[in-house]
Amino acid sequence: MIYNMEFETLPREALEAIQLKRLKNTVERVYATVPFYRRKFDEAGVKPDQIKSLDDLKRLPFTTKQDLRENYPFGLFAVPMENVVRIHASSGTTGKPTVVGYTARDVETWAELMARALSAAGATRGDIIHNAYGYGLFTGGLGIHYGAEKLGASVIPISGGNTKRQIMIMRDFGSTILTCTPSYALHLAEVAVEMGIDPRSLKLKAGLFGAEPWSERMRDEIEKALDLVALDIYGLSEIIGPGVSVECLEAKRGLHIFEDHFIPEIIDPETGENLPYGETGELVITTITKEAFPVIRYRTRDITSLNPEPCVCGRTHIRMNRITGRSDDMLIIRGVNVFPSQIESVLMEIEEVEPHYQLIVEREGNLDVLTVMVEVGEQAFSDEVKKLQQLEKKIEKNIKEYLGVSARVQLVEPKSIERSAGKAKRVIDKRKL
Amino acid sequence: MKVEQISIFLENKAGRLAEVTRVLAEAGINIRALSLADTSDFGILRLIVNDTEKAKQTLKENGFTVGKTNVVAVEVEDRPGGLHRILEILRKAGINVEYMYAFVQQSGNNAVLIFRFDNTDEAIKTLQQEGVRIIEGAQLYSM
Repeated sequence: MIYNMEFETLPREALEAIQLKRLKNTVERVYATVPFYRRKFDEAGVKPDQIKSLDDLKRLPFTTKQDLRENYPFGLFAVPMENVVRIHASSGTTGKPTVVGYTARDVETWAELMARALSAAGATRGDIIHNAYGYGLFTGGLGIHYGAEKLGASVIPISGGNTKRQIMIMRDFGSTILTCTPSYALHLAEVAVEMGIDPRSLKLKAGLFGAEPWSERMRDEIEKALDLVALDIYGLSEIIGPGVSVECLEAKRGLHIFEDHFIPEIIDPETGENLPYGETGELVITTITKEAFPVIRYRTRDITSLNPEPCVCGRTHIRMNRITGRSDDMLIIRGVNVFPSQIESVLMEIEEVEPHYQLIVEREGNLDVLTVMVEVGEQAFSDEVKKLQQLEKKIEKNIKEYLGVSARVQLVEPKSIERSAGKAKRVIDKRKL
Repeated sequence: MKVEQISIFLENKAGRLAEVTRVLAEAGINIRALSLADTSDFGILRLIVNDTEKAKQTLKENGFTVGKTNVVAVEVEDRPGGLHRILEILRKAGINVEYMYAFVQQSGNNAVLIFRFDNTDEAIKTLQQEGVRIIEGAQLYSM
């Protein structure tokens, strides 16, 4: 089902004409209203009126998460605060979150995109959407929520956690569409079995799963466990939130990027050079309709490739393949973005602890488990067990408060963390997706 | 009146304890008493040795995290109720025992227990007032 038949099936030429018009408009607007963009464009020696074709996009400088951080909190907003109706944030690399704003029209655009995404999964007005993405500063919960309402479906704003209650509600309310992280979908299935409920007997017919990397193997597993069609959805708060791209029920192969709102590029993460269709590199996105928080050539750090082949579903929008990795060291743990540098900041704030640490990420059952190994130096050491356990608890508590993710802290002997060429290996990711 | 004890941080993995004993053996250090406290992922080995400084230095050079604490060696009558008498004195004085373990050698007909108190000085004073014998470090290391 295609929600916006006109825009989602535009012939390529017409789509590109719209993109160019919207791009020019966005570029002019950010140059005029956001000092950061004006400075960056000036430094790159490019003026808005030099953007005459979509190909000219390449001439514009990239925007990075670091830029967002340096302009914390509202420095990149392109409208006065009176026009901002919503603020979301995601974790940044060193504690300060990445902040994004929406005008009323942005919220409307986002709802439309999510309505399109839900439709791509076969959702209609008659469906009951069980939305287990977290509500709050994270864009997942509210993004799906507004899209579901826009579509006219019934949305259950269950948010995350309290898994047993979720299963009871899914069964009793007859939820038909599930939205959550893929690992949580598997966890739901597992807990249902423990409760003596056959997860296949639930009324679920489709699920939109995202906010963390997954694989075809996990798709098979989720589809078997819950007896539904599992589709991939992609988005990031810096761009708009969920609803940047989505797989269609018909092809289940690659995620259509809503190109009337976003222009995707693939670059070589090392050189910044653009790569042709089909080649794997870092996804870069420019928003062309956002008002409060437009971004020019945002480096997502997500690794994928673009597929321009026509799709059986009829949508003309280009497809991106599954995200296969990151071009930075960000980890996604239970849908929460975690940078090793954030853990380091937490450790640095605890006086007696030295910043010799290693993160180990594993999947136990279907849930991610983060273990932080911390070397015990003389300052932190005590002959009393309880003092060391208090230290572990303190680090765990600070990580939870600071990053919003539960971690297990394990104290280890000094120099026991593997160092290669003098530099410690910070992350060991043992998850097999 | 206090006895020096060294403590060593150990990860719960095979061979770590043996590594400590190897280092001490090679340095010619004699272990007089020990106790091992463990949790699910780490352990703390506490030792009383004949040469505290040398043991500490050698272990540090071998990459261990080593601490030094003062503990108290208390003579306990080797008969039913012997330990209870000591603990009663401490309880009445409101002194907390963090941990304790036994010393290998006897002192005459008495047993020797090693105590770690939350307030060491107060504990020594209280015990002595009640006529309990405290063994000096120098004497203990050579027992």
